Amino acid sequence: MSSIPWMPPNGALHGIALDHLMRWNLLALVTLFCLAHILLIIALLRRKKRIPHPDAAKAGFGLAKFVALLALCVLYIWMAITAERLWAANRFEGASPEALQVEVVGVQFQWYFRYPGQDAAFGITRPQLVSPAAGNPLGLDPDDPHSHDDVVSSILILPAGHEVDLRLRAFDVIHGFFIPGMRLKQNAVPGLVLHVHFTPQLPGTYPILCSQVCGLGHSRMQAQLHVLPQTEYDKWIAAREHSNLAAQASATP
Amino acid sequence: MSRQPPAARDHSSFVKRWIFTTSHRAIAVQYLVLALTAVTVGTLLSLLMRIHRVWPDLVLPFYGVMKPEDYLALVTMHGTLMVFFVLTVAPQSAFPNLVLAEQIGARQMVFPRLNETAFWLTALSFLTLLAAFFVPAGAPISGWTSYPPFSAIAAAGPGQGAGMDLWLASISIFCVASVLASVNLLSTILLERCPGMTWSRLPLTVWSWLVTSILTLLAFSVLLAAALLLISDRHFGTSFFVPAGDLVNQLIVGHGDGSPLLWLHLFWFFGHPEVYIAILPGMGLASSLFANFTRRPVTGYKFMAAATVAIGMLGLVVWGHHMFVSGMNPYAGTAFALTTMAIAIPSTGEVLGWIGMLLPGGLRLTTPMLFALGFLSFFIAGGLTGPILAQPALDSYLHNTFFVIAHFHLVMAMAGIFSVFAGVYYWFPLLTGRLMNDMLGKLHFWISIIAAYGAFLPMHFAGLAGEPRHYAQLTGPSWSFTNLISLERGITDSAILLICAQFLFLANVVWSARKGALAEENPWQATTLEWCSSKNVRVYRGPYEYGLRPGKTDFTPQWEPDPKQE
Repeated sequence: MSSIPWMPPNGALHGIALDHLMRWNLLALVTLFCLAHILLIIALLRRKKRIPHPDAAKAGFGLAKFVALLALCVLYIWMAITAERLWAANRFEGASPEALQVEVVGVQFQWYFRYPGQDAAFGITRPQLVSPAAGNPLGLDPDDPHSHDDVVSSILILPAGHEVDLRLRAFDVIHGFFIPGMRLKQNAVPGLVLHVHFTPQLPGTYPILCSQVCGLGHSRMQAQLHVLPQTEYDKWIAAREHSNLAAQASATP
Repeated sequence: MSRQPPAARDHSSFVKRWIFTTSHRAIAVQYLVLALTAVTVGTLLSLLMRIHRVWPDLVLPFYGVMKPEDYLALVTMHGTLMVFFVLTVAPQSAFPNLVLAEQIGARQMVFPRLNETAFWLTALSFLTLLAAFFVPAGAPISGWTSYPPFSAIAAAGPGQGAGMDLWLASISIFCVASVLASVNLLSTILLERCPGMTWSRLPLTVWSWLVTSILTLLAFSVLLAAALLLISDRHFGTSFFVPAGDLVNQLIVGHGDGSPLLWLHLFWFFGHPEVYIAILPGMGLASSLFANFTRRPVTGYKFMAAATVAIGMLGLVVWGHHMFVSGMNPYAGTAFALTTMAIAIPSTGEVLGWIGMLLPGGLRLTTPMLFALGFLSFFIAGGLTGPILAQPALDSYLHNTFFVIAHFHLVMAMAGIFSVFAGVYYWFPLLTGRLMNDMLGKLHFWISIIAAYGAFLPMHFAGLAGEPRHYAQLTGPSWSFTNLISLERGITDSAILLICAQFLFLANVVWSARKGALAEENPWQATTLEWCSSKNVRVYRGPYEYGLRPGKTDFTPQWEPDPKQE
C-alpha cells in the first residue's frame, strides 16, 4: 500500500496527503544529500593545487553560491507552504458536528477509550472515584445520569469512513497517543483536554502506542485500534450500550 | 609529558599547576579531562542500551537481567552526560580556554578565578549526577528532558525520588557554572582584544564563541529557573507544573493548578539554543580548518560571520518545534515551523560556503582536516532531516520516533564530536609540543565515520516504521517492529565498532604526548594568533590570508606587519 519504504500502510483519509508530502520531502533531501557528497568526493579527488585569486580574501560570498542558496530557499519555501497547508487542514479547525465522539484516557500504563452512549454526552468523572479494581478505571460518577450509558473499552473500535473526534486526557503523567497506521500523534496531558480528529478509511487492526516516556511500563503501554465497516461497528456499540443499560437496571431494583 | 605546556612552566607544585589553577590553558586541560571522563561513561551506557535492545534477556555479569526502568535510567543518564558534560563542556568550555585568549591576542581571560570556579562547579555537577546511580531506586528514568508531572512526583516511577533530586541539583549547579563561564568568555571577547583586532579580523571560531556565550547566558538562566521551580514543586508544596487532581498510583497528588506545558516551554527555550551551543563552535572551527588545509581564504568571511550570528539569534525563537504535538496551540505550531525553516537558510549558506572552498580541490588531508570534513558530512546528513521535522504535519508522524534520534545524533552528536576530534588533533601541539600520529589518526577517522553512519543512518528507517524512542523492548501488538530486529542488530554492531575505534584515539593521545613527532612553532602554517610565540602582539590583517603566492610561505599570519607600511 504504502510506497514509502519502511512506513506501515496508511489507513486514514488525511494520511494520503501526508504520505505524498513525506515522499516528496524525503526524495528532495536524499537528492541533496547525494549531491553534496558527490561535490565533497570531487573535492577529495582533485589533487592538483590551484592558487586562489590574489583578491580572494576580500571576495564576497560569490554569485554561484548565492544562486544555489536562492534555489534552496525556493525549496524550503515550498516545503513550508505545503506543510503549513496540510497542518492547517488537519488541525486548525475542529471536527465536524457529525463526528463520532470518543474519549481517550492515558494512565500508567494503559489506554482507555470511552464512548458517550445514546445520550451523546460524557458523564462526569472524578479522580477520587478512580478504582480499576472496582471496575471503574475512569472514575465515572454514578450520581451523574450521563455516566450510566457511557461505554468504556480497552480497545478502540471505530467505523470506517466516519470522522472521529478524539478528546485526549491523562490522569498521571504526559502520555503520547500514537497510531502509526493512522498517521496520528498527539500528547495526552494531565490537566488538559486536547482534541484531534481524523477519518479512518481502511478496515483493519492498527497498533496504538505511547510515544512519550511515561514510566517503567512505557514500552508496553500499547493498545489496538479496530476499524470496522459501519454496520459491524453499529452492532458492536449497540451491544455494549445494551449491556451497560442492563447492568444499570439490575443495579437499581 | 616530556614537555610542559607553556602556561604551566613554573616550579609550583602539581596541585597548584593542575588542580587549583587560574591559568586558562590548565583549565582547558581540566575541562578536556572532564569531557573525556563523561564521554567514556556516556558511551558505556549507550553500549549497554544497544546490547539490551538486541539481546533483552542477556544476563549481565554482576547485575542480572536488565529491567525496563534500568534501560530508561541508562537513556536518561546517557542523554544528560552527553549533552551537558560532553557537547557543551568540550566545545564551549574546553576549547575557548585552550585558544580563545590567544586567538584575540589577550594574555589571559578577564576573570581567571571566576573561570576556575566555573570549572569546579561543573565538576561538582558531574559528580552529583553520577551519584544518582548509587542512591536507592537508582538514576531518574524520565529522559533528559524530564517532563513533569513524571519528573515532579516521586511515586511516578523508580528513580524519580532521590535520583531525580540529584539530577535537578546537578543541572542547577551546571547552569550556574555555565553562566559564570559565559560571563568570562563574553567579557574577554569584548574587552581583551589586542590592538588591531577589529570585529572583521576575528577568527570565525571567536565569532562562534561570542554567539554561544550570549546563548549560554540566556538559555541556561532560564533552565536554572525551571529547575528551581521543579525542585520547589517537589519539596516546598508549590504547583507550577502539576495540575489539580493529578492522580499517580491511585493517589491524588495535584493540589494547585499548574501546567506541565510550562515546563516544556521553559525547557525547550533552553534546549534548542543548547543545540547551537554544541554545534556553532564546530562550525567556526570547520571554517578555520577548511581555510588552512585548502590554503584558501574563507570566501565571504562577513557572510559566514553574519550567518553564525543569524543562526544563534534565530535559535532563540524556534523552541516550539519540539512541541508540535504537545498540546500547544496549532497556530503557534505554524509560527515555530516558519522560524525553524528560516534557520535552514543561514545554515545552508554556511554549507555552500564550505563546499565552495573545498570544491577546487588540492586539499591537505591531515587528520584534523579529515575530521572537519567528517563534521561537514554529518552536518549535511543530519541537517537535511531538519526541514522535514520542522513541518508540523510530518512531525506529527515522526515526533519522538527513531527518525528524531537519527537526526540529532547526526547533526549534534556526531558533527559535534567530530569537530571536537578535529580540534584536539589540530591544537594538540599547543599542549604537548608534539603532533599526534597521523596514521593512527586517519585510521581512527575512517573507521569512525563508517561505523557512525552504520549506527545512525538505519535509525531513520526505524523511525519511518514508527518505532518510538525510550522503548526498552520491541514487543506488544506493534507486530511491524519485529521486522526491525535485524536492523537493530546492524545498528548495535556498528555502535560496537564505533566504540572500539575510539581506543585508537586514546592510544594516539597517550603515545603522541610522550613520543609524538616534535612540532614546529607553527606546525600547520596557520594565520591565527594561537600559533604566535610572541606575547605582545598587534594584528595587522584578517584571519584567513592563505594561498597568496606559491611555495611554503603562501600565507600571511595576522601578526605579520604589512611590509609597505614599515
